[in-house]
Amino acid sequence: MSVGTPRGLASSGQKPIAEILHPLSAAEEPLSVTVNLGGDKTTRVEFDLPEYCVWRRYQDFDWLRTKLEDSQPTHLIPPLPEKFVMKGVVDRFSEEFVETRMKALDKFLKRIADHPVLSFNPHLNAFLTAKDLNKRQGLALLTKVGESVKYVAGGYKLRARPAEFCAMGEYLDTFNQKLGTIDRIAQRILKEQSEYLTELREYGTVYSSWVGLEDELRRPLEGVAGCVTTCCGALEDLGENMSQDFLPVLREYVLYVESMKNVLRKRDQSQAEYEARLEAAILRKQEDRSPMPVEVEKCQDKVECFNADLKADWERWQSNKRQDFKQLLTGMADKNINHYEKCQAAWESLITLLQDKQTEDKTSETN
Amino acid sequence: MMMADSGSNEEVAVIVNTDITSTESENNLINTMVERGTALLRKMEINVAEAEKRTGKNTVNMQETYTVYLIEIRPAETVPEGGTPATPDTLWRRYSEFELLRTYLLVTYPYIIIPPLPEKRAEFVWHKLAADNLDPDFVERRRVGLENFLLRVASHPVLSNDKIFFLFLTEEKGWREAVLETGFQDKVDSRLKSLSAMFRVKNPDKRFTALKHYSDELNTVISQLLRVRVKVADRLYGVYKVHGNYGRVFSEWSAIEKEMGDGLQSAGHHMDTYAASIDDILEEEEHYADQLKEYLFYTDAVRSVCRKHELIQYELEIVAQDLVHKKQQKEELATGTVRIFSLKGMTSKLFGQESQEQRESRLAALEQSIQEGEETLKEKNTECHEFVQTAWEDIERFKEQKDKDLREALISYAIMQISMCKKGIQVWSNAKECFNKM
Repeated sequence: MSVGTPRGLASSGQKPIAEILHPLSAAEEPLSVTVNLGGDKTTRVEFDLPEYCVWRRYQDFDWLRTKLEDSQPTHLIPPLPEKFVMKGVVDRFSEEFVETRMKALDKFLKRIADHPVLSFNPHLNAFLTAKDLNKRQGLALLTKVGESVKYVAGGYKLRARPAEFCAMGEYLDTFNQKLGTIDRIAQRILKEQSEYLTELREYGTVYSSWVGLEDELRRPLEGVAGCVTTCCGALEDLGENMSQDFLPVLREYVLYVESMKNVLRKRDQSQAEYEARLEAAILRKQEDRSPMPVEVEKCQDKVECFNADLKADWERWQSNKRQDFKQLLTGMADKNINHYEKCQAAWESLITLLQDKQTEDKTSETN
Repeated sequence: MMMADSGSNEEVAVIVNTDITSTESENNLINTMVERGTALLRKMEINVAEAEKRTGKNTVNMQETYTVYLIEIRPAETVPEGGTPATPDTLWRRYSEFELLRTYLLVTYPYIIIPPLPEKRAEFVWHKLAADNLDPDFVERRRVGLENFLLRVASHPVLSNDKIFFLFLTEEKGWREAVLETGFQDKVDSRLKSLSAMFRVKNPDKRFTALKHYSDELNTVISQLLRVRVKVADRLYGVYKVHGNYGRVFSEWSAIEKEMGDGLQSAGHHMDTYAASIDDILEEEEHYADQLKEYLFYTDAVRSVCRKHELIQYELEIVAQDLVHKKQQKEELATGTVRIFSLKGMTSKLFGQESQEQRESRLAALEQSIQEGEETLKEKNTECHEFVQTAWEDIERFKEQKDKDLREALISYAIMQISMCKKGIQVWSNAKECFNKM
């Protein structure tokens, strides 16, 4: 149970944890997690050494996430990239896949490290420092904080959800929808661009074949063919960038929305449980005047803490979301600008080339 | 329209910056033709100014809608400062009259590469939009093409002096009769025959053979280029238009956001602008396609000249062969030996020798025939020689023109591409600014 909001690692004025992930080769091989605590400037006492370097597999990240969810049920845990990838569809050993996954896992850890509560979680500590994550032993010895709160499945019906949480739910639904739409549009653009690229390549080859027929026009035609080829390359880069950087981040936010919705559901559940217990207790009180059971009070505390944590996390999530999307969209704009700049440069150099030849011819004519 | 500086003798206007628009580049092309300074162009300035729809009864008495084009002729003297430009002489012509003029020129000047007309029906069209002959964009491009045709003829050293061409520009009513009076229709049939006939030439001028080969290859490659360009245009259209969907979704999304809302909304507007910009971009590219098409059609004219050479050469060879044959016959007759099979020889063998008188009269007829043949041979030789000379002069002129024009076309294409890139950078920079404000 957490009370108040202790400052996160990153914002406490101490040097933040910098996680650098280096993959070995194949995606199934463990990733290397380097934890740099900034030497003796750090005052995070739970870390003995200034620097750690450990190997972790996807399974380990998954373990961490589950542990965090269990031990901090009132908080929003950032999502992991998709666990299961269809074997036929995606090459799990390709460079692009590994890199994309690595970036997502890096983000996951950074978000936790940034979180004022989660960053103090002992499971995170173990994850970052232990040579061997002996998951079977369950690290129960290290668990000092956070009695495991049993998640009561279903069962209780919620009376009245406070308006602000309703609003959150509605926002998430609409936001999710828009994310889906944007994803579809981005994919459609990629498809159209790929088809355009195919035609453009053929276009370039026709100019090349024309070259062989001509004398005077040889240079201009070669130049045009060259420019078209350059534009093809630039377009290819754009497509690659979009599918590697843009789409994964978009999809990760869909998962993030799912996580958030889960937390909202859990909150609803804990409120429902409290209401049910309260009702039962009131009835019993009316019957035999027994005092309010402790569990009911504990439930009430739980709900209030949950609400507070959730609100705090929501604000943080909104703020991060704003930053992330600002970055994502400006990144998209940059890539497009970059693409056009490359093309423009190619065509401009062609004109310079052709105009130089023109003045060259003129001077040789008048001589 | 920029007028040629009457004082300078310089050739092509050099493009010194890339901010020149492709329209200005095209004007440079027209100026090049004007500067070539034929007598005709020194006298008058020619424009195809407008196009109008008309309805009327055609030859089978059916109502039809057609387009007429306004030809304007102005005197070429520069207007004094503050003076009003002279009112032009004008007349209306429809496409079929242009066709008639061109056919006349084709038949009358077989050794000249006659400039082509803009296409009759829209081909190589992207998005299947402007395929209709009455579509205003098509009509506009045709107007430009017809003006181009007239300027090409007017700037040609030989064609510009033609009387019928002059009447085409000046006599609205009486022109058709004048053309028909030239009797060129008779030559049309034989011309068509010669173009489609199959015959083997023994000694064609190698330059013409090479030229015909080049012309065929050029035709192939330009057709290919135009075809692929259409596909490229269609795809590019798709890419731009899909971005418009971002506009809508950003707008919807901005409705549920607080601080991010404004930035998203404005960015969405820029995405709409981006999607809309492709229409103008592709419309401008049609100019480039038209320039390529002109040279595609030019290859037909080149081929035509080559074929004419082959025909004349072939006729020459036939005449020469015929003469050789007759001379051999004469020799046989004179010496009495039969070296070549002839029916006369056979019959005389079968039915007895002919009399001395008969032989002498035949000999005399042959002599006559041989003399005539030698005259014909001389004429044919001269005709062939002259054709080769005059045709090759025009071919050299054409080659230079082609190199210059296509080079300009490629430059203007590059300028178009640069303009498209600049527009793209502008829009995405604007969008980026909006994203930054999110």
